Amino acid sequence: MSAAPHLAPGADPSMIRNFCIIAHIDHGKSTLADRMLGVTGVVEARNMRAQYLDKMDIERERGITIKAQSVRLPWQADDGGDYILHLIDTPGHVDFSYEVSRSLAACEGAVLLVDAAQGIEAQTLANLYLAIENDLTIIPVLNKIDLPAAQPEKYAEEIASIIGCDPDDVLRVSGKTGQGVPELLNEIVRKVPAPVGDPDGPARAMIFDSVYDIYRGVITYVRVIDGTLTTRDRCLMMSTGASHETLEVGVISPDPHPTGSLSVGEVGYVIPGVKDVRQARVGDTITTSRRPAVEALGGYRDPLPMVYSGLYPIDGSEYPALREALDKLQLNDAALTYEPETSAALGFGFRCGFLGLLHLEIVRERLEREFNLTLISTAPNVVYRVVMEDGSELTVTNPSDWPGGKIAEVHEPMVEAMLLLPTEFVGAVMELCQGRRGVLGGMDYLSSDRVELKYALPLGEIIFDFFDSLKSRTRGYASLDYEPAGEQLADLVKVDILLQGETVDAFSAIVHREKAYSYGVSMTTKLRELIPRQQFEVPIQAAIGARIIARENIRAIRKDVLAKCYGGDITRKRKLLEKQKEGKKRMKTIGRVEVPQEAFIAALSTDTGKATPGK
Amino acid sequence: MPPDGAPAPDDGALPVASLTEVAGRPFGAYVHVPYCAARCGYCDFNTYTAADLGGALISSVGLTTFVDIAVQEIRLARGLLPTDTPALSTVFVGGGTPTLLPANDLARVLRTLAAEFGLAPDVEVTTEANPESVDPAQLEQLRAAGFTRISFGMQSDRPHVLAALDRRHTPGRVSEVMRWARKAGFDQVSLDLIYGAPGESEADWEASLRAAVALGPDHVSAYALTVEEGTKLSRRVRRGELLEPDDDLLADRYLLADDLLGAAGLTNYEISNWAREPAARCRHNLGYWHGDNWWGFGPGAHSHVGGVRWWNVRHPAEYAARLGADRSPALAREELDEDTRRVERVMLRVRLADGLDVGELDDAGRAASGELVDSGLVEAGGLEHGRIRLTRRGRLLTDTVVRALLPT
Repeated sequence: MSAAPHLAPGADPSMIRNFCIIAHIDHGKSTLADRMLGVTGVVEARNMRAQYLDKMDIERERGITIKAQSVRLPWQADDGGDYILHLIDTPGHVDFSYEVSRSLAACEGAVLLVDAAQGIEAQTLANLYLAIENDLTIIPVLNKIDLPAAQPEKYAEEIASIIGCDPDDVLRVSGKTGQGVPELLNEIVRKVPAPVGDPDGPARAMIFDSVYDIYRGVITYVRVIDGTLTTRDRCLMMSTGASHETLEVGVISPDPHPTGSLSVGEVGYVIPGVKDVRQARVGDTITTSRRPAVEALGGYRDPLPMVYSGLYPIDGSEYPALREALDKLQLNDAALTYEPETSAALGFGFRCGFLGLLHLEIVRERLEREFNLTLISTAPNVVYRVVMEDGSELTVTNPSDWPGGKIAEVHEPMVEAMLLLPTEFVGAVMELCQGRRGVLGGMDYLSSDRVELKYALPLGEIIFDFFDSLKSRTRGYASLDYEPAGEQLADLVKVDILLQGETVDAFSAIVHREKAYSYGVSMTTKLRELIPRQQFEVPIQAAIGARIIARENIRAIRKDVLAKCYGGDITRKRKLLEKQKEGKKRMKTIGRVEVPQEAFIAALSTDTGKATPGK
Repeated sequence: MPPDGAPAPDDGALPVASLTEVAGRPFGAYVHVPYCAARCGYCDFNTYTAADLGGALISSVGLTTFVDIAVQEIRLARGLLPTDTPALSTVFVGGGTPTLLPANDLARVLRTLAAEFGLAPDVEVTTEANPESVDPAQLEQLRAAGFTRISFGMQSDRPHVLAALDRRHTPGRVSEVMRWARKAGFDQVSLDLIYGAPGESEADWEASLRAAVALGPDHVSAYALTVEEGTKLSRRVRRGELLEPDDDLLADRYLLADDLLGAAGLTNYEISNWAREPAARCRHNLGYWHGDNWWGFGPGAHSHVGGVRWWNVRHPAEYAARLGADRSPALAREELDEDTRRVERVMLRVRLADGLDVGELDDAGRAASGELVDSGLVEAGGLEHGRIRLTRRGRLLTDTVVRALLPT
C-alpha cells in the first residue's frame, strides 16, 4: 500500500490543527468522532464500527473513554488548503483529570460538544475550565440537533453565557446524520491556531498517553513541541533520565502507520522498547540522547492514589492468579499500586491504590472480566495524615493502620466539588452535601432553570455512595465533578466491628465522630441478619477503641434437625448434609463464630454501593 | 424431586457385591400407594389425585390396576434377589393414602409378598391410614389378611389446624377409628402428629398431644411442619400470606411434645418417634436408620440393598409402562462407597436413642464428640460407654452434631 500524502513525514506546521472534543458521556463524542473519520475518508463506511476510537471492551460497553486515543485526519478545507487534523480523544472522567490535562496540553483547540436536548453537565464544565486554563480555543457545538427533544436555542444561550460568546456562534451538528460535520471541520481549520515550535531545537515531545501492548511493549502517544523525533536517535525520558532505543515512530489514521519521524506540531506514536508504562509515563517529555533538551515540558507529576481498597479473591486459591493479573494490569496502568494484605475475614488479598472510585471499579472489572477472577473489595478508604501527640506523623490508607496511641490531629483530603442540577433539586442536594460535611462555596445560575453549586467536601464522604444518593435525590438529573483541594482537620475515629469480642478487620472503618454511631448501628444490624445463628449466643458490637457504641445479639440456634425421613429417601438426606458441609468449608471462623463468606460480601457490597461519579 | 444418580440398568440387575450382603440382615418391603382423594397443602410426597391423573383414578394408571402392576414389580424383585434372601421381617404400606385401596387389594399385595419372599414369624405389617378413609369392615379385613400395625394420620385435634393442613377428618373421628382398629384386633396403633401449622398456638398443640395420649396409642410420630419446595404451602409463604414456622417456636413445641408424651409413658427412641415399650417401636423405620435392606415397591419408592440405593420413576403411568414392557421401574441409583456408607451410618444412627458406636468415627470425629458433650449436645454418660447419644438439645440440633462428627 503506497502512503497517502497526509501520512508522509515532515508536515508543515501551519497546515496542522490539533484539537480535542470535550463532552459529557452520552453527548455523542464518539459518534461525532466516528463521523469525522468517515467524512475525511480515513475509515470507509463499510469498515465503520460504532465508536471506532474506544478500544477497550469496557469503554465500548460503558460508552466512556478511559485511555486517550488520537487520529490523524486529512481535510481539504473550504479555503482549498490540504490540512492535517489531529483529533485527540480525551479520557472522560474525573478520576483521570491528570490524563485529561495532558491531552488538553497536546492541543490548541477544543470542541465543546453539548447535547442539544440536555445541556452542559458538570464533568464537561470542569474539563472546559481546564481547557480555558490551558489557553485552548473553544469551538462550541450543539450535537443531536436531529432529536425531537432538542432545544438548540435554549442551550446555545446557556453555552454562550458560560464561555462568553454569541449564541449564533454555537455550531449545530448531528453526529448521527452527519449534518454540520464538514462545517465544523472548516471552523476548526479557521479558528484553532496552528502549532508553533522550534523546528531546529532539541526534540521535545509530551507523552499524553502510554499503553502496553503484548507484542510491541509500551506504545506512547505523543505531541511534538520542538524539533524532530526519529527512529535514528535513541529516545530519552526526561523524568527518569533513562534512554531507550526508538523502535518505531509513526502516525495513526486510524491504524498505526510508521513514518520514521515526527516533527513540530505533529501527533503520533513512539515505541521506545520498554515493557512497563511506568518507564514512559503520561506527562513525561521525550527527547533524544544524541541532542537532549535542557528543560522538560511543564506539567509532569507522578500519579498519586487517592482511594485505597482491599481486593480479595472469593476463592482463596485464586490469590496467585490475582497477583499475576495485577502485575499485568500495572504494565498498562501507571497509577495502580498494590501490596499484599491479609485479612482474618477475607484471607489473602491486596491493598490497592486508585486514582478514584471509577478507577477502582474499572480495575476490578478488568480483573474479573479479563482474568476470570471473582473478587470482593473492602470499603474504599482515602489517605489520612495523622499527627500524634508526640509529634510523629503517619499516613493511614487502611483502617488497620489507624494508630492506637494518643492522636493530636487528623487531616483528611478535601475536594472542590462542582454540581450541576435543575433548580428544583437545590434543596435536596444542599441537604445531601451538608449531611456529608460539605461547605457551600458558591451558587451560580447557568440559566433560569439550571444551577451550579460549588462545595468543599471531604473526599472520604464522596467515596461512600455519594453519587448514588445524588442521582436518586435528583432523579438522575444532577451531575458531579470534583478536584483535589488540599486537606482539613477533622474529628475522625476508627469504628471496629466485633463478633464475640473479636474484631472483624474487613469491617473497620474510619468515619467522622458524629457518624460513628450510625455506622455502628447499620453494620451490627446488617450482620445480625447475615450471620447464621450459632450454637451459642453471638454478640455483635461496634466500638471506638474500648468503648462499645452499638450492640446486637444473634440468638443461639435451637433447632436445625429435619424431622422427616421422606419414605426412605436417605440419599436426599445425605446430599443435604453434603451441601451443608460444602457450605461450612466456605465459612471463615472469627473467634469461634462461623461466618459464611456471602455474609462478608453482602455486608461489604451493600455498604459501598457503586459510587461512580461521572457515570 | 428425586436426587441425581447414575442410570439404573433396564433389567434392574444389582451388583453381585450388594447381593452378597442380603442374607445377613433383616429384609423389609415398602409399598408406595401414590393416590390421595385431595392433595394437602404442605405435602410434597409422590402422590396423585384423580384430577392429576386426567379425571379418574379408575384409569389404566389409577387405583384399580395399581395392585396388578405392583405385583409385577414384586415378581421382578424376586427374580433379581438371591435365593437366600431372608423372609420379610417388616412390610410397610405408605403413601399417598393406602386405605383408598380396597382391603382386598392391600391383602393381595401382602399375599404376593408372602408368596414370593415369605414372612418372618414375627413379621410387622403396617399400613398408613387416613382417619376419613377407613371403615370397620376394612380394618377387620386388613387384620385378617395379616396386617399387624396401623398408623393413623391424626395430625391435630384442633379443627382450625386440621383445616390449615387441608385435612378433611373431624377431631372426633380419630378416637372412633382407633376404637374400630382395636376391635379389629390391632395391637399396635400409631398416631402421626404435625406441629407448627399456620395458626396453631402452643395451647392447640398441647391439646392435640393430650388428645392423642388419651387415646392410648402404642406409638406416636410427631413431625415439625416443613415448608417444602413446590407445595401450595411454600407458594403461600413466598407470597407472604403465611409465615414460615419459626425454628425457635418449633423447638418449644418439640420439647412440649417430649414432655407430655414422656409423662404418658411414651419414650423417645428416634428424634421424631416415641413408643410405649421397645417392642412398640416401628421396626420398619428402624430398618432405614440401621441401614438394613428393603425393597420399595411402587412409583417413586426408594430402595436399599447392600449399599445400592435406587428410586423408581415417579409417575404412575410411567411406572406402569415400564413394568408393562418388562423393564425395571428404577429411574436411577447410586452405589455407595465404603466412606459414604460410613457417613450414612453416622448420620442415621445418631438419630436413635440407642445411639451411635464411636467406632464409626474417625479421629477428628471422636475429638469432636468430646466437644459436643461439653456443649451439651451429646450425653456424657453414653460417651463413657462408647456411644454417641443425643441430649434433648442435641436432638434438636442433630444437623450440627452430624456435621461435627463428620468433619472431613
